[in-house]
Amino acid sequence: MNIDSIKNGIVIDHITAGKGMDIYNLLKLDSLDCSVAIIKNVTSVKMGKKDIIKIDADIPINMDILGYIDPGVTVNIIRGGERVEKRSISLPDRLVNVIFCKNPRCITSTEQELPHIFKLTDPANRVYRCAYCESKASGRGI
Amino acid sequence: MKRSLIDICDLSTEEIEEMVDVAKDIMRNPQKYSEKCKGKKLAALFFEPSTRTRLSFEAAMYELGGNVLSVSSADSSSASKGESVADTARIVSCYADIIAMRHPKEGAPLVAAMNASIPVINAGDGGHNHPTQTLADICTVSLEKGRLNNLTVGFCGDLKFGRTVHSLIQALSRYSGNRFILISPEELNLPGYIKKDVIEKNRIEYVQTTSLEQVMPELDILYMTRVQKERFFNEEDYLRLKDSYILTPEKLKSARSDLSILHPLPRVNEISVAIDNDPRACYFKQALYGKYMRMALIMKLLGIEP
Ligand SMILES: [Zn+2]
Repeated sequence: MNIDSIKNGIVIDHITAGKGMDIYNLLKLDSLDCSVAIIKNVTSVKMGKKDIIKIDADIPINMDILGYIDPGVTVNIIRGGERVEKRSISLPDRLVNVIFCKNPRCITSTEQELPHIFKLTDPANRVYRCAYCESKASGRGI
Repeated sequence: MKRSLIDICDLSTEEIEEMVDVAKDIMRNPQKYSEKCKGKKLAALFFEPSTRTRLSFEAAMYELGGNVLSVSSADSSSASKGESVADTARIVSCYADIIAMRHPKEGAPLVAAMNASIPVINAGDGGHNHPTQTLADICTVSLEKGRLNNLTVGFCGDLKFGRTVHSLIQALSRYSGNRFILISPEELNLPGYIKKDVIEKNRIEYVQTTSLEQVMPELDILYMTRVQKERFFNEEDYLRLKDSYILTPEKLKSARSDLSILHPLPRVNEISVAIDNDPRACYFKQALYGKYMRMALIMKLLGIEP
């Protein structure tokens, strides 16, 4: 794959430098058959340095994961070599099965089939709390 | 629409005040309410023993003319056969009209509410929430003081793990002019996130202290909780501190004559029995008011007009 020219696919741009690998892992891009490029420490006028991920296929992207890890990213959809859509991301209000509650007293610790739901309770400080027990999500604790 | 009570903040201040009014009316005219829930069934699902809370719910339902289906211990129930909370809630929805659930795991009543087709009341989920205790506390404050605002409220004892303290602070932070005095050993201070996310966010004035005696003369309400030995790292600290947080007639000398003393019960030794006959002791009345508030709540969630 020529990393500069994707025909049909997705370019995740403006990733905070150093977070490219995290996003690659969380979006499970390693399981794709198509080419995926992670470009690290690209010089950026706006950000100083940034990471970029290029995916050579039009796959569904979990925007909630992106928003949780790095709300500043932009997602560009490429068709026929042209950018047809640019999506900016916001901090999601709710995360389902993105992060997991570690509180041993939480009902999710004994009932494994329950979805792990976190709610954004403090947008200014990006605090998420478990919907069941209200434990704070620990860092990016994934 | 089906409504449940999982967290005290599920109810607006107006709704809580309406329920206090209903509770007062029930006290005046119990006969008027004796058939309000005729033909209705409350399922009391207690996956952890709590005799007082269960009896309060059962008495509340019987006094409304309803019936009670009771599951009282974890090992006789389907939980021991590995049935999930979600499935239990779906099944019980076929038999009853409303559920009161006590569960050792935090969030279990929410899971029940997400899966039941009938209202669910959280009757205590581990160390997390216990909203009907808070309703009892609020009703007591309202009846004793005639208001829920402009009060100086002292919270004494274990403010770190005391879930009833956290919920009452949350509930009273929604009224203007209240002031909190947090009295505890340093080891058991109120968690920082409650100070920040609840008290400071609502611009409530508060003071933190280790001395009950010093602040006693200022208090309108004194909310006592138990300081448990197992909360301390070592026995010496516990022995050194425990007496400071026991309410005695001696410590009450400097208190106001219209102070109201509350306690979520059960009490062990944190309030001397010598105080029980003092007119300022409200903790037994508080248990009675809890039953009336549960009656008002059951009616509200079942959509029955008072
Ligand atoms: Zn949890």
